[in-house]
Amino acid sequence: MVTGFRDMVDFPILSIMTFLPLAGVFIILMIRGEAEDVDRNAKHMALYTSLFVLAFGLFLFKGFDGSSADFQFVEKVQWFSSFGFSYHMGVDGISVFFVLLSAFLTPICIIASWDSIKTRVKEFMVAFLMLECLMIGTFCALDSILFYVFFEGVLIPMFLIIGVWGGPRRVYSAYKFFLYTLLGSVLMLIALLTLYVQGGTTDIPALMDVDIAKNMQLWLWLAFFASFAVKMPMWPVHTWLPDAHVEAPTAGSVILAGVLLKMGGYGFLRFSLPMLPDASLFFAPMVFWLSVIAIVYTSLVALVQEDMKKLIAYSSVAHMGFVTLGIFTVTTQGVEGAIFQMLSHGLISAALFLCVGVVYDRLHTREIGRYGGLVNNMPRYATVFMIFMLGSVGLPGTSGFVGEFLTLVGAFQVDTIIAALATTGVVLGAVYMLLLYRRVIFGPQDNKDAAAMADLNIREIGVLVPLALLVLWLGVFPTTVTDRIAPSVDKLIRNYEADINADPVAEKTTIEDVIIIPNIIIPEGGSL
Amino acid sequence: MEILAVFAPLFGFLIVSLFSKQIEDMGAQVVTCGAMIVAALASVALFFDVILGGHSYTTVLSDWVMSGDFSVQWALRIDTLSVVMMCVVNIVSACVHVYSVGYMSHDDHKARFMSYLSLFTFAMLMLVTADNLLQLFFGWEGVGLCSYLLIGFWNHKHSANAAAVKAFVVNRIGDFGLALGTMAAFVVFGSVEFDVLFEQAEAVSGDTIEFFGFEIHALTLVCLLLFMGAMGKSAQLGLHTWLPDAMEGPTPVSALIHAATMVTAGVFLVARMSPVFEYAPDALMVVAVVGATTAFVAATIGMTQFDIKRVIAYSTMSQLGYMFFALGVSAYSAAIFHLMTHAFFKALLFLGAGSVIHAMSDEQDMRKMGGIYKKIPITYALMWIGSLALAGIPPFAGYFSKDIVLESAWADHTWFGAYAYWMGIAAAFMTAFYSWRLIIMTFHGKPRATKKVMDHIHESPGVMLAPLFVLATGAVLAGFIFYGGFVGSAHHDEGHAEATEEHHVDTYVVTKEGVHKKEGVHKKEEPEEHHASWDKTSFWGDSIFVKHENDTVEAAHGAPFWVKKLPLLMGLLGIGLGYLAYMFRTEIPATMVRIFAPIHRLLFNKWFFDEIYDAVFVKPAFRIGRLFWIGGDQNIIDKHGPDGVADKTQKIAGVLSRFQSGYIYQYAFVMMIAVIGIISWFVFKNGNGF
Repeated sequence: MVTGFRDMVDFPILSIMTFLPLAGVFIILMIRGEAEDVDRNAKHMALYTSLFVLAFGLFLFKGFDGSSADFQFVEKVQWFSSFGFSYHMGVDGISVFFVLLSAFLTPICIIASWDSIKTRVKEFMVAFLMLECLMIGTFCALDSILFYVFFEGVLIPMFLIIGVWGGPRRVYSAYKFFLYTLLGSVLMLIALLTLYVQGGTTDIPALMDVDIAKNMQLWLWLAFFASFAVKMPMWPVHTWLPDAHVEAPTAGSVILAGVLLKMGGYGFLRFSLPMLPDASLFFAPMVFWLSVIAIVYTSLVALVQEDMKKLIAYSSVAHMGFVTLGIFTVTTQGVEGAIFQMLSHGLISAALFLCVGVVYDRLHTREIGRYGGLVNNMPRYATVFMIFMLGSVGLPGTSGFVGEFLTLVGAFQVDTIIAALATTGVVLGAVYMLLLYRRVIFGPQDNKDAAAMADLNIREIGVLVPLALLVLWLGVFPTTVTDRIAPSVDKLIRNYEADINADPVAEKTTIEDVIIIPNIIIPEGGSL
Repeated sequence: MEILAVFAPLFGFLIVSLFSKQIEDMGAQVVTCGAMIVAALASVALFFDVILGGHSYTTVLSDWVMSGDFSVQWALRIDTLSVVMMCVVNIVSACVHVYSVGYMSHDDHKARFMSYLSLFTFAMLMLVTADNLLQLFFGWEGVGLCSYLLIGFWNHKHSANAAAVKAFVVNRIGDFGLALGTMAAFVVFGSVEFDVLFEQAEAVSGDTIEFFGFEIHALTLVCLLLFMGAMGKSAQLGLHTWLPDAMEGPTPVSALIHAATMVTAGVFLVARMSPVFEYAPDALMVVAVVGATTAFVAATIGMTQFDIKRVIAYSTMSQLGYMFFALGVSAYSAAIFHLMTHAFFKALLFLGAGSVIHAMSDEQDMRKMGGIYKKIPITYALMWIGSLALAGIPPFAGYFSKDIVLESAWADHTWFGAYAYWMGIAAAFMTAFYSWRLIIMTFHGKPRATKKVMDHIHESPGVMLAPLFVLATGAVLAGFIFYGGFVGSAHHDEGHAEATEEHHVDTYVVTKEGVHKKEGVHKKEEPEEHHASWDKTSFWGDSIFVKHENDTVEAAHGAPFWVKKLPLLMGLLGIGLGYLAYMFRTEIPATMVRIFAPIHRLLFNKWFFDEIYDAVFVKPAFRIGRLFWIGGDQNIIDKHGPDGVADKTQKIAGVLSRFQSGYIYQYAFVMMIAVIGIISWFVFKNGNGF
């Protein structure tokens, strides 16, 4: 069954997917001529480039061997061999779908911005293609330095997208976004360097086999946590997200919610769990509680929002709470559910922001109260919005249900209180989404301008319908995804449990003293 | 066949929702009604195949959620319980579909309405044919969604939207329990497949599970959590507040969803899980008490309401209470029996009420009706049939099912069985009373409507009346035709094992006179080689499990005479009082209201459930949300987080900039102090000096 690409070991599909957008950027930068022509050509070029990447993504999906837990399509080139750096790319079941998600959402964003971005179109397209390159690179990188470059590099185009094409308070939001994430990055860089010193390599698969003393693990874990928790974002470092979303242009919100938030979860799965298992076990209760707080707290906050984008942004925080909850249960259901939830949320929240964008383009307000009764003049819009609303609510039959339910099943096995509290989020989720839907779509048509809005045009349908079909498909046949991630997740959990059971911590003496760290004694087995 | 029965409605939904433009309203009605009738016929065929042929099987469609040990498939489980439900759902749904063609003839969104009805039916069928808890949950939420869509169908009405959201959210609270119950079942059994659950229930009946820090009997926990879901869906006391509001939806919706099918999903769930509930006696007790209390409370409220649909809604809630206490005393077959008969006569009542509302130009307040029985005689007669069945007057269907429910409760010989029996008796009296209050206020007396409305009154068209006749037939006949099969005794002394083979000839000798003979005739057509007999043991097969010592339905047949006849007496008394108070001595109600003013206020305001919930849950949720947002996010996190840091940084930078004085001696001084500090730190740290 697996033919073609896997045999063609030399065919660097991951690098192509990563750097093809850069080629597009160069071509766009070379476009000259009338401003109007430049804009149009830039748009077309960006779209074609991203579609090519998507096409390669489909080949990647086809060629991916879902029964294997190994890294596939691996490319490894020595880079600074004396330091142990290498250019190492590859995907396994955990990352492959994030690559696909990035490749899938980018063309959608470009189409969605087709008419709504009017200034500096060329630069916008350049920023977006840069972003695609960095996103895909993040999920493919198997060298921690390479990963860091991609992971942090994403900040720059995103910062620009918010700061240049954003709303009135864009500068404040962009800086808030930047500062929050930068704080985490610095700590993560330190952690990565420490890992390098400890393991003598920056190679991620190799680092997974390095044993690190528990004491050290705790510090490293916290450093990683600082970065990933901000990216997720987890409570209480989530406040940048609503502001960033509100000010970002539609496409920016889509990528932010669709892909960028997933980098944190991916980081936990790539670094925290496999490299720092003891610390993960130790901090799991803290993560559980933070997740539960995130779920309940932000759901309640979402309830009182008047701004559509803010409401969806807060709901994102709640949904990502399920992700962190699932990951740190380290059960098959929990981790698979978390990955599935990330993918599903990537589709649903992206689509919801697109839905907001649709009406924002027409009425230029995000205030819920200004809309109402749209079902009368925009029936098609009402239908697609309904599907995504239900996905967000986690109705069985949509992808949202599978992820949420699996993470909860995972959580229930570990801690029933946590599971029960998290499940309240499912109730609250229904409340705020249904109220949003009711106020926007149903009810009387008080605002004449809103009542005069035209229904979805072909371009918008083309953007939203594929998303809707995917959401429904994954809700009915989630095995399309879960079968392929299962081997990798199994391996992750097996290794994790082996590590936990193997070392009665102190016995592994490692190069703990290379970097001076204050001797803080942390009670073993204690909880926080 | 089962594929046809389940997926025909989905097919109808898809065709109509995708091609509504092309096929127009007429086409939409034909497609959905046609698909429904096909599905109904298919399910009747299935019924005969399963009941008479004794085939029960599971058709696996595809994998659904597979994650480690947690594996769930899309599957259709066909056994007696599911085909009974499929028949009820499909037949009532087909009636409602056809009825809607007439009822919604003035509406602008006929196609949308029909497609929602079909989608609902599909979800309900997925629910009843589920082979595992997760698929059941799929159907469960699916019907909830359709209920939401249909209650809010007239979405320009503010109250309809509010009711729709309320229905969905209150149901979600129940689903919260159902979801947790499913998870708990997975932890206890390692699976959510029914077969696994049923096989292992006995084996794990001694296990405990930690929940919220307590060690709890595992099966009791599972069952109570599942029951929480059932309470939400079936509007049991505490989670019932959505049902009366749901009457904002068009009347066919009320008949199909909020009387005949969806609200009985909770009853179905408990009956389906009977092999597990049997090993959780404490959970059964809770079910019985909640059911009995609901039956009573809902009936008290029903006596005071004036909206014709709300009266019937409270009546539904009350009857659901009957079903639940039947379940609680292990009389699962009696509960399903009552479910089935109730589906027919309650759908009939609702559609009849719809016919009245239709005739009265959309008036629902009974105080503005009266004196119209001559103008709509057919509707009037049909409402009588429905009410007689509801009140439990022989030979109508409700008589058989309600009696066996009450007798089983009595035969349980436990305190909650007795509680349920007396609550049920009281409710039976009130049921008969409010039913005749409804009939008399609606049809008799002086006309209280405006002249314009009165002139406009007309009997409903045939397309609306035909389905009513089908349902009326069910309301008349379903009781005694199915009495033997659903709850009939094999024979009076114990010994189930040999019952099927040896006694299938004399199974028709049942307690109710005049029933068995017809049964005997009916039975003659049945092929002998299947050894199927018309008693509950062989009828239900493995689909319902009752521990031998819990078999209250069996014991009910030996109940004393007064236990059996008291419900009927109460029904007759209720009817009599209804006549007295509303026909002959019309000053009585007002006097009663005056004398019992506080009680009346309590009942009229539905025991203040809505007000209490609003004050305790709804308002605080918004208040807390606002507090978290303004107080938490903005004033604490942002103020001390990013904004605070930014402020501090600027201030500190301001302070620090003053140190940049440019004088070397200052710099040297600071440097010296720092060096001294570092050296002393090293000295103290190493302790022994250099």
